[in-house]
Amino acid sequence: MNAACRGAAAALAIVGAVASSGALAQTEIHWWHAMAGALGDRVGDLAKRFNASQKEYKVVPVFKGSYDETLAAGIAAFRAKSPPHILQVYEVGTATMMAAKGAIRPVHEVMAGAGKGWNPAEYVPAVASYYTDHHGKMLSLPFNSSTPVFFYNKDVFKKAGIEAPPKTWRDVQEAAQKAKAAGAACGFTTGWQSWVMLENMSAWHNQEFATRSNGFEGFDAKLAFNTLMLVRHISLLSSWAKGELFTYGGRRNEPEAKFFNGECAMLTSSSAAYANIKKNAKFEFGVAKLPYYEEETGAPYNTIIGGASLWVMAGKKPAEYKGVARFFEFLSSPVVAAEWHQETGYLPITNAAYLATQKSGFYDKHPGTDISVQQMNSKKPTKFSKGVRLGNFVQIRGIIDEELEAVWAGKKAPKDALDEAVKRGNEQLRRFEQANKSAK
Amino acid sequence: MNRGGAFRSRWLPYALVGPQIAVTLVFFLWPAAQALVQSLFVEDAFGTAMQFVGLDNFAALLADPHYARAFATTAVFAGGVTTVSLGAALILAVLANRVARGATLYRSLVIWPYAVAPALAGVLWLFLFDPSVGTLAFALKRLGVDWNPLLDGGQAMTLVILAAAWKQVSYNFVFFLAGLQAIPRALLEAAAIDGAGPWSRFRRIVLPLLSPTAFFLAVVNVIYAFFDTFGVIDAATSGGPAKATEVLVYKVFHDGFKGQDFGSAAAQSVILMAIVIALTVAQFRFIERKVVY
Repeated sequence: MNAACRGAAAALAIVGAVASSGALAQTEIHWWHAMAGALGDRVGDLAKRFNASQKEYKVVPVFKGSYDETLAAGIAAFRAKSPPHILQVYEVGTATMMAAKGAIRPVHEVMAGAGKGWNPAEYVPAVASYYTDHHGKMLSLPFNSSTPVFFYNKDVFKKAGIEAPPKTWRDVQEAAQKAKAAGAACGFTTGWQSWVMLENMSAWHNQEFATRSNGFEGFDAKLAFNTLMLVRHISLLSSWAKGELFTYGGRRNEPEAKFFNGECAMLTSSSAAYANIKKNAKFEFGVAKLPYYEEETGAPYNTIIGGASLWVMAGKKPAEYKGVARFFEFLSSPVVAAEWHQETGYLPITNAAYLATQKSGFYDKHPGTDISVQQMNSKKPTKFSKGVRLGNFVQIRGIIDEELEAVWAGKKAPKDALDEAVKRGNEQLRRFEQANKSAK
Repeated sequence: MNRGGAFRSRWLPYALVGPQIAVTLVFFLWPAAQALVQSLFVEDAFGTAMQFVGLDNFAALLADPHYARAFATTAVFAGGVTTVSLGAALILAVLANRVARGATLYRSLVIWPYAVAPALAGVLWLFLFDPSVGTLAFALKRLGVDWNPLLDGGQAMTLVILAAAWKQVSYNFVFFLAGLQAIPRALLEAAAIDGAGPWSRFRRIVLPLLSPTAFFLAVVNVIYAFFDTFGVIDAATSGGPAKATEVLVYKVFHDGFKGQDFGSAAAQSVILMAIVIALTVAQFRFIERKVVY
């Protein structure tokens, strides 16, 4: 090698060193998510800010469609041996992910591997417990969690002479009657009926939803939600459906439109519906805690979450896992987590984010936005109120939807519908148990 | 006897059909074989654990009374879609065939919906007929119809049949129009001279001559209704209310794609495949006899 050649090589090395501090040597972290519209923009902002904050890693967010499409895409990519680093999975997919031991890398391992002091106790327990295994190890990172709350139309309430938002379900009945009498087309409706009326009502009253601590202790859980309390609750709603106090508006969040277009005076749905309602409602609305039954001892307890968490997929390089850990630290940092909570209406994922939001006066400026947090933290979660974790939950929710629809249409008695839902749901649980035998 | 036919080379005919056979193998036979294999296993979502269960997946399905009901629902749905889409397409084709001016414009407009994706068609119809925001739902309520497909199974079925059929009308229209234009004018004129009115000309000359086209379209439409409609149903009703619009292919899609129960979904698609093979054979054996070529 002659001198000129050596000189050129040295020059190249310098250029290379300069470039490597730029884009060239960056480790890419692929993040597949299901956040559409304004939420998708927020996700893009998060990645951009993280990328600007350091030079080693570059997070690339990719929108993969709805929650079920994103999960299906992640599974297909794993089977094709090219999964993303981070996959956003909705709460009903949690058991599927937990069972997939060889396909995922638990978050506590990823964080420990990055060698930084990471303290899982910083996370809001009611949220984190959902994604924690029975040894207390965090498996996925809480990201966008919500809980159902009660929305009411203040204008209609004023017109109907209703003083305070209803506390109990009997108050709701009275309010619905008054609202109808004052000319409202519909008294009450609900989004996500299985999640709100069965899963959350069970937790809110400390009733068993499924055996084995609602499925947290193993895949051999059996459904148990055909309790006296829920049969009574569904019967009450069914009588409202007959008396046109309750209008069924669909399985997902479609009923929110019935509330913000002024048709229904009251709504129970995800706390994350706040932004959408605020944008669309041409009236004053209020947020209150979910109604309960005062005769149930100790009620209300706490509500449980929905939404999604971030899973880390297996089979990546150590450097890439370091990047994932850095990004997760960024997401969990008080400022970022507090902003995410305030901008989206999702629950704060860390205690620090909640305190920061409180201190900033956000809750005073936007009354009702802290209802969800209060509900989650109102009592220490019991084994019936810390969440529901079931295999084949997508199918089970589908079954519950079908059975409830038969009740609202007046074709089936509430008890028969719940019994049938338990029976059919259990068949799904056994199938899941069989399919995941090795993963216990 | 000329065994070589028109080809001098022994390999040329195989080479010519080769690409078609390759496509069939890769995109039809291979997946079908995979479905057959998968239907005998139960596996977790990520495919990390597989267990051979023999015919258990099939046994579980056949023991489920709700699955049996899905057959009846599918029969109603497929019958409805085929009748509505063939009927509407035939009427439109006959009308378009008589138009003297602007025929191309009409034809293009009728063909348009075929380009709409199934899920979009579902959403479109859902918006028209949604009980809270739908414009047509509003009109129906004005007319005194208690329109609520969210709880009324019959109305939900009507909605998905219309949405699924609407998409297929364009396809059928093109074939019917071509069929109509292939009917010799001389025949119709001769019949007219013999004193046959428009209706009896249509019934005795046009319809029989169109019957090969209609038969072909009936087969295609039934297959479409069986396999290609889960997008419309997912967007419009998700199989509800209370399973009223849960057809077999939607259940395959729901259990497999959304629920990640691949064993059961594979068993369901094997059953579906058997039904469609049987239906197609039956159509060719029994209905084709009545077709005039």
